[in-house]
Amino acid sequence: MKTIRSLALLASLAAMLPLSGARADEPRVVAVSAKRFEFEPKEIHVAKGEPVVLEVTSQDVTHGFFSRTLGFDEDLAPGKTVRIPLKTDADGSYVVLCDHYCGSGHGNMKLTIVVQ
Amino acid sequence: MDPLDRRKLFKIAGWTLGAGALYRFAPPALGEGGRVMDLLGKKNGERPTPFTFVQFSDTHVGFDGPPDPLGTKAFERAVEMVNALPERPDLVLFTGDLTHDSEKPGEHAARMKRFREIAGGLNAARVHYVPGEHDAGLDGGALFRENFGETFSSFDWRGVHFVGLDNVSRGKPAVGAEQLAWLKRDLERFPTTAPIVVFTHRPLFDLKPDWEWFTSDGDQVMNALAGFENVTVLYGHIHREHSHVEGNARHYASRSLIFAFPDPETGVPKKPMTFEPSKPFANLGIRRVAERPPTAPAVETVELTLREYAGTVGVQQLLQKGNES
Repeated sequence: MKTIRSLALLASLAAMLPLSGARADEPRVVAVSAKRFEFEPKEIHVAKGEPVVLEVTSQDVTHGFFSRTLGFDEDLAPGKTVRIPLKTDADGSYVVLCDHYCGSGHGNMKLTIVVQ
Repeated sequence: MDPLDRRKLFKIAGWTLGAGALYRFAPPALGEGGRVMDLLGKKNGERPTPFTFVQFSDTHVGFDGPPDPLGTKAFERAVEMVNALPERPDLVLFTGDLTHDSEKPGEHAARMKRFREIAGGLNAARVHYVPGEHDAGLDGGALFRENFGETFSSFDWRGVHFVGLDNVSRGKPAVGAEQLAWLKRDLERFPTTAPIVVFTHRPLFDLKPDWEWFTSDGDQVMNALAGFENVTVLYGHIHREHSHVEGNARHYASRSLIFAFPDPETGVPKKPMTFEPSKPFANLGIRRVAERPPTAPAVETVELTLREYAGTVGVQQLLQKGNES
């Protein structure tokens, strides 16, 4: 359990910091895990204008990955990774929801993307 | 000016009862208004005549948690309240989340059975249901169909066409292409003057997408209805009252019969409102009735929808043809 928590903490930290080794013309890839009833990481920070691609994978059942403002609405079949280029052209805090009903805790399954 | 331009010929009014709402469909019977109703009857297939109906929503039978430790009490009180009305409603419409789902084997079916026991006590001529995501989101609507039949349907009642839409059983907040095609076929036989009442679970417009208060293809549904001059959409899901007007359609959310959600415009997070033991039915609406004898339910009059029919293109054409015949 301790190892899992440590890995989750590392994943969160990695999501908050740009990878210094990435080439400037290549998007930063942020891995996102979906499982009932949470996304991991729960918050992603990106710089305005930074090219970012999310790689989202469901660990259990079919989930949704939806943001009206950021313009995506994807289904996440279990075990299949979906790549989503992220719009980072405007400052703001954006909510991403699971919009594929996955059980009675579904209503709280979300993450926040902060562009600044 | 034609006096009909100023006359309110046709209305569905609503009274909040906490049990969602009691609606009165009140077309005029006499005078010029009555003549228009006669013409509408010839055009639409049935002359609109007065009746009442009730909307219940979000009963969540089986829910057990701090936001509402009373479980089905509000639902049971609402049934008692409606049965005590001096005028028996013609219809009761349930707009989803009849039950709170459970993955424990057999438990969801038991909750559906309990729902039917309570709803079965309603004294109404007809009861219709559409599912919410808690009823049909995990199994594609299989359990709902076992209990209530198809997840979407339509029927006519005293000159009004009712359409029940399912925007939950695909897992996503969507109606889907197949149901949209069905809806268009279903509406084909009606003239633009036919009054339409749609009942569904989720809002058919972008009320608050960040709270999942939307239907992704709701705009296509409303486009299919755009040609009709009097459309009322009744829905639930948001556990609070709300009204919205867009084009010829008026959208109304009813309160829930379990915990309430706050107003998202206040900037608060999406969390159920705190249960207050001293006001157990606060925000659920039957608080007012709890203060009165059951034979005299307190009702607060709110205007649900009021269409001045005389000014619409369809009715003007109807009057023209009626005068010619």
